[in-house]
Amino acid sequence: MAWTKKYLRVNLTEGTIKVEDLNMAWANEYLGQRGLATRYLIDEIDPKCDALSPENKMIMTTGPLTGTMASTGGRYSVVCKSPLTGAVACSNSGGLFGAELKSAGWDMIIFEGKSASPVYLSIQNEKAELLSAEALWGKSVWEADAILHKTHQDPQLKVAAVGRSAEQGCLYAAIVNDMHRAAGRSGVGTVMASKNLKAVVVRGTRGVGNIKDMPRFMDATNAGKAVLAENPVTGQGLPALGTQVLMNVINEVGAMPTRNMRETQFEGAHKIAGEAMLEPRKSDGKPNLTRNGGCFGCTIACGRISTIDRTHFSVQDKPEYWGNSGGLEYEAAWAMGSDCGVDDLDALTYANFLCNEDGMDPISFGATLAAAMEMFEDGDLTTEQTGGMELKFGSAEALCWAAEVVATGEGFGADLGLGSKRLCEKYGRPELSMTVKGQEFPAYDPRGMQGMGLTYATSNRGACHLRSYTVSSEVLGVPVKTDPLETDGKADLVKAFQDATAAVDSAGLCIFTTFAWSMEDIAPQVDAACEGEWSVEKMLEVGERVWQLERQFNQAAGIGGDQDTLPKRLLTEGAGSGPAQGKVAELDKMLPQYYELRGWNTDGSMTDATRQKWNLPA
Amino acid sequence: MATIAHLMPPGEKIANRIDIEVDEGVTLEDIITRFKVAPELAHLVLVNGVYIEPHERETSGLIKENDVVAIWPPVAGG
Repeated sequence: MAWTKKYLRVNLTEGTIKVEDLNMAWANEYLGQRGLATRYLIDEIDPKCDALSPENKMIMTTGPLTGTMASTGGRYSVVCKSPLTGAVACSNSGGLFGAELKSAGWDMIIFEGKSASPVYLSIQNEKAELLSAEALWGKSVWEADAILHKTHQDPQLKVAAVGRSAEQGCLYAAIVNDMHRAAGRSGVGTVMASKNLKAVVVRGTRGVGNIKDMPRFMDATNAGKAVLAENPVTGQGLPALGTQVLMNVINEVGAMPTRNMRETQFEGAHKIAGEAMLEPRKSDGKPNLTRNGGCFGCTIACGRISTIDRTHFSVQDKPEYWGNSGGLEYEAAWAMGSDCGVDDLDALTYANFLCNEDGMDPISFGATLAAAMEMFEDGDLTTEQTGGMELKFGSAEALCWAAEVVATGEGFGADLGLGSKRLCEKYGRPELSMTVKGQEFPAYDPRGMQGMGLTYATSNRGACHLRSYTVSSEVLGVPVKTDPLETDGKADLVKAFQDATAAVDSAGLCIFTTFAWSMEDIAPQVDAACEGEWSVEKMLEVGERVWQLERQFNQAAGIGGDQDTLPKRLLTEGAGSGPAQGKVAELDKMLPQYYELRGWNTDGSMTDATRQKWNLPA
Repeated sequence: MATIAHLMPPGEKIANRIDIEVDEGVTLEDIITRFKVAPELAHLVLVNGVYIEPHERETSGLIKENDVVAIWPPVAGG
């Protein structure tokens, strides 16, 4: 269905739940999900507030195409102020939860305040109630999921929950839904736990309705599905190898951040790549990958369902980890693998399971561990702090141990839960933190991909590949190839990717569709579903407005152009090998032009004219 | 590699690379043909990690001894 035009406002301090009408004037400007929820957030909180205080709000939000038959139309996002970055957080997840929330009749849920004791929100269509989560607190996501299914006696119940890492204050805690899909980045799970909210469970049986023009919507979504099926990336590459299809490619082009971004190529990449996940292992003849998996309504199905080798040291005494569960995505395999120098596929899969089980963002976790390993090798950290563990690059034992202690917050796990920026500051090596605005980098070295340098520096939620995936053009030639080492034209490219992505993230669709779909494929689907006129131009306008709004939030939070930068290592130390050898990230060649394209001042601050042009709140 | 990994000799899929001997003056197109890669699947063709435009793939002299040639179908992820 397009918008239900209703949302829930849950005041956790008071224990009250209200039904409110969606602001349709804002929906017309911001469409839904990422954009619309950010409009509510900036209206309702002081951007300068402490992200872990009751003053912060957390919005779980769907898009107008969430729950429809549009391919990938099952996404939801969590929007709040981030405790990791202090900037706006917006983390997007698939699975089944978002579509279920929509089918229960709700566009979004706004959580405010803080409960005096642990609670969870239960939604059964129009009935919503806060229930005690005393029995769930201290449990992992997976344990909580099992208890909630048993309590509600409903195998179809959809659960989104935080794990022990969030309860312990890990600053990159995720919200995990459907066991192994996550609103992963920026610590949205930490915010949820800070409100004493353990889980949201939902059952929605109202189904699809309120589509503006149903026959046209059927035609538009069918046309979209045909494009996805016929495209070699979304029709073949992603189902077969998942996002892990990239491991060997990115290594080959010399943009694989390795050992805390000291290097740009990893000698063990092929051992942890998507291809390796398909090869039978010696112990039982089975490959790591059991099958692919799809989120609600998805016709790509890039997800990985994997097992760990039962004879592997990490699980040989733990039969509870012998079954199938969510396997490695490229970002997780990179962060815990290449960035930590670990080439043990089973160790990575085990650590990945733990990230799902207790809700840690595997990118931030892996990158933080990588920084800790560099400090350990430099002598800034010793076994005295770690409690005896040798945090050496390449140690699969150290990786598995680190995932276990961050999950529970025990001992050095609490330090690792601080994230790379705070950890490096604590031990006197702030320059070793590979972060922007306090958020850890994903898996593309900007020295070998200049557009990604500008992407990271200007991302509204800190270093992130999901805000402008210029990798697609610079390396993969999708839709058109540009030179990765060239800076000319990259400001335009980054802006175009940022705007289009913001529009897709506001619609309820998955960004992976854009490997095959252009806005010409997306706009007709939105237009057939939603009241109003949703042309390609309007969608791109929405995208840019969302970007400007997020920037406005960050500026009001005190995060200005001085933070649109990269770590010194990437700006001054040339890549050691590969095509980018000797090359640094040339941010200074791109940033001024980018500011100009955005209509901002030369220091990156918003101009009054731009604020007025986009009708942004003051 | 990726969905064309089966075109590699058996047992070489994980390592994803083999040493090959070529005649002097060989073109990338010759190598693509030798491994029976369908033209539409030879999307990303790299020599030592550097992308080679489709129109350059029939030029001889681009490849020297010890160079690394990589061929991928259209792939993307993240």
